[in-house]
Parts: sequence; structure tokens; C-alpha cells
Amino acid sequence: MNKDLYNYIIGIADNSLILGQRLGELCGHGPSLETDIAGTNISLDLFGQVRSYFQYAAQVSGDENATEDTLAFLRIEREYKNVLLVEQPNTDFAYTIVRQFYFDAFHLLFLKALETSKDETLAAIAKKSIKEVSYHWRFSSDWVRRLGDGTEESHTRVLEAVNELWMYTDELFHQTEADKAMIAQGIGVETLALKETYYKMIGDVLEEATLPIPESKYWHKGGKQGIHTEHMGYILSDMQYMQRTYPNMEW
Amino acid sequence: MSDKEVKNLEDLFDARIARDEKIEPKDWMPEKYRKTHIRQISQHAHSEIVGMLPEGNWISRAPSLRRKVALLAKVQDEAGHGLYLYSACETLGVSREELYEQLHSGKAKYSSIFNYPTVTWADMGAIGWLVDGAAIINQVPLCSTSYGPYARAMIRVCKEESFHQRQGFEIMLKLSNGSQEQKDMAQDALNRWWWPSLMMLGPTDAESVHTAQSMKWKLKRKTNDELRQQFIDQTVPQAELLGLTIPDPDLKWNEETGHYDFGEIDWDEFWQVVKGHGPSNKKRMKDRVGAWERGEWVRDAAMAHAKKKEERKNQTKKAV
Repeated sequence: MNKDLYNYIIGIADNSLILGQRLGELCGHGPSLETDIAGTNISLDLFGQVRSYFQYAAQVSGDENATEDTLAFLRIEREYKNVLLVEQPNTDFAYTIVRQFYFDAFHLLFLKALETSKDETLAAIAKKSIKEVSYHWRFSSDWVRRLGDGTEESHTRVLEAVNELWMYTDELFHQTEADKAMIAQGIGVETLALKETYYKMIGDVLEEATLPIPESKYWHKGGKQGIHTEHMGYILSDMQYMQRTYPNMEW
Repeated sequence: MSDKEVKNLEDLFDARIARDEKIEPKDWMPEKYRKTHIRQISQHAHSEIVGMLPEGNWISRAPSLRRKVALLAKVQDEAGHGLYLYSACETLGVSREELYEQLHSGKAKYSSIFNYPTVTWADMGAIGWLVDGAAIINQVPLCSTSYGPYARAMIRVCKEESFHQRQGFEIMLKLSNGSQEQKDMAQDALNRWWWPSLMMLGPTDAESVHTAQSMKWKLKRKTNDELRQQFIDQTVPQAELLGLTIPDPDLKWNEETGHYDFGEIDWDEFWQVVKGHGPSNKKRMKDRVGAWERGEWVRDAAMAHAKKKEERKNQTKKAV
């Protein structure tokens, strides 16, 4: 088994998995039918990507019992490698949108770079996903503009979310040992090279939205090492409930 | 307009419907036709969006990625159905906000089946198989109903519903072929959903107040009891295929009628749920009203932003 490649795929997939799960929680509870449908759409896209990544990871793992579902549902919390940003709760629509906005900008840049990966499978998944994620970015950045430059209340709420979630953005660019090994082989994305463009993309939209760019440099990290916020355990106990309660069954 | 003139218009209108012509939004229509359609179409739209809740309850816990994606897509389809049905309703001169207001205040009804809780994964199968199955029986005739926008919306809805029904049946099939725990889960779901599904086809003909008029306008092609019989006849062999037992000791094939005889429906339960006292009525309304109220500032922001953008555009135009 190529352990670095396996860990690399898991790292990418877990972001989509946990964000997809968070969005799925909102299905049927959105502020309007249109936003409800859009949120579900994004969740569906993310799960679609997750399945492609996990099917590939299962193959790479060399473990013949590994499947997309064992990877999604049967790991322990410390083995999930998503960034802390995506596990943050759906506090309100502003938090949901800003979490999405911070992630989408990264996700889009990341996939555009991954498209040129030497690993053909990853390049193909990236190619397919770019179209979807371009739409996610358009949706979330449009809503940041609307909320920022909307009413006084929406401005206050979105500003709070922008400030509260800011500390999780830096982790998007962190590199694990597996990341570094994959970058060296021309398979992984050199995330540090995306950082400047990322903060410019975010900054431009915030400016249009009449929102000040946060200045704090106190970053939070840990997700990529499997050390999560306290939210994560609850996400997993919900998500893993069926697989844990009824082991070794087909659904 | 004199009474005589109205009578003439009504006769012409009835003749158009009898000739299977579609009535379109700008056509003259009797006030009662308009009101009845607003009632029925909005009730249908409300059922779609309230119906998202019991299934949405299992999205975060779906047992596999494939099932999770299918369930998400299904619930999203329901939101889509809600959207085109509200749009069809709006062509009759009522706004979506007014319709929501009627739902939230309890004035408008939605299908009472959604007032039952979804307590196990098998309920996702049973709802698809039975509830969507019953809905299709109700809805297929509406694809050729007299009001154009409703008929066209229903064609799309029905296509997706039959897909949902197959998906539900497939969940049940997998459970029935699975472990004893899975089989028990499937049987338990059938036990709980069977009777409410029969009730879903509406009160018995003797108690149904709208049937006669609705038949004339092709809002209905068969009576509630005929539809219920059709549903039972169609579903019993499917249950046999699944190896599940329908929870009705009186259910048996009647050679003479060529239909299944079935036991007494508990209409007291039906009316209790319709009147707002089913197991989940309060929860469903609390969730709907809650989502609407929590979303108010978001909708306001979108309106305010659109207005600002428009004003800026106008100012730029003036400056040029």
C-alpha cells in the first residue's frame, strides 16, 4: 500500500465528507425553498466527490475489506483528517454561508491545481469537481455580498461569522507528512502557493460586501492531525449510528 | 355582469372542460374553481415541503454513502415539487407568502401522513414504497386535470415520484433479504405505515365533501374508496414479494369482486391527526414555522441588497 497516497486522499475527502454532512443537517430547514435546494445541491456534490475519493482510497489501501463505507463510517475520530473549519456548526445562515465561503475559495483553487496532478485518478476527480465547486463559490460569495450589504441585521450577523470563523482559515494550507511526500512526487498540491490568491479572493468579496477583513493572526489547527473540536464527536455519533449499531450488514 | 351572463360563461367554461381543453391562468374561470384550485394545489405544495421533514430526519444517519446521496436527492426533489406547485398556485393570484401564512397558522392542511414520526431507517423504505406509492395513485390522474399549470407541474412530479417509489421498495427489499434485525425493522415499519397510508387516500366517499365538484373539474377521476382499493390491490403482491405481512387480519383476496377485502380503518385516528393531534403535528409545524422565522432576516437582506443594486444601477445610468 502507498501509505502517503492513501493518507493524502483521506485528507482531501474528509473535508468534503464532513462539510456535506453539516449541510445535510439543514435539508428542509433553510430560510427559503431556493436556498434549501441550493444547500442540498452542494451537499450532494460533496458526497459525490467523497465517494470517488473513498473508492480510490479503498483501492489504494490494499485492504480488501475496505470500501467507501468502511472509510466513511468506521474510523475513530482521531483518524478523520478534515480541517476544523468544515466541522463548525450551523449556528445560523450567516455561519453556514461564511463556512462555505471560506472553504469554497480554497477548494476551487485546490482542485484547479489538483487537475494537473501526476496521479490520473485524482486529476480526473478534480476535473469533474471544478465545475461543481465553481458554482458553490458563486453561491456562497454572492450570499456574503447580499448579507454584508443587505440590512443592518444581516451585516452584523455575517460580520460575526466572518470574524468567528476566520481563525480556521489558515489550517487549509497546512501540510501533513503525507501532503509533503505527495507534493514532492508531483501528485499533491503545493498549498502554500495558493495562500496569497486565496486571501485576495476572500478579501475582494468582503470588500464588496462592505465587511472589514479580519486582522487576527491567532490561528486554530489540529484537524489535519485528527485533533478536532468538540463538535466532531457528535457529528460522528450521528453519522456512524447505523453502521455502529448494526455492524456487517448491507443496506 | 348579470347573473345570466355569468351563467352563460359558466356553461361555456364547463363545455371547455368537458372537451378536455386546458384552462390557462388568463382565462375566465368561476370564482369557486379558482378557490378550489388554490386550496388543492397549495395543500399539495405544503405536503411536499412538510414531507421533507420526516425523511430529512434520516439524512445525517443514512447507513451508507449511496443511501445518503439517494435520500438527499429525494428530499431535494420534494423541495423542487413544492417550488413548482407553489408557482402553479401563484398563477391563480395568490402569493407564496400568503400560502405559507395559511400553512403556518394551521388554516391550510397538508397530507396527514407526515404527522407520523420516522423512528427507524426502514421508515425511509416504507415511506418511499407505501406513501409515494399512494401519492402516485392519487396524482397520476392529475396529469390530465383541467387547470393547465397544475397538470403540467404534475407530469414532472409524477415522473420523479415513481422513481422515489422504486427507491423505497429497493430499501425494503434489501432489508427483507438481510439479517433478522433488518427483517424485523422492515416488518415493524410496514406495521406502522400501512394504516396511515390507507388513510392518506382520504376519507370514505360518504364523508368526502369535495368529491362531486372535483370530479366535474377533473381534479379527481376516481373516488377515494376506488383509489384506496387500487392501492391495496397493487401493494399486497409487493408485500408478498418482500416476505412481509400486512398488518390486517381481515385482508383476503375476493374471487368474486376481483379485489382484496380489507379490515376496518380507524377513522377516529385519521380525524384526530387531521385536526392537529397526531404524534408529530406540533413538531412539524414548529420546524416549518421555525425555519421561516429564522430565515426572515436572510430574506430581508436579499431584498434590501437587490434594491441597493438596482438603485446604484439607476444612478450610474443617470450619471451617463
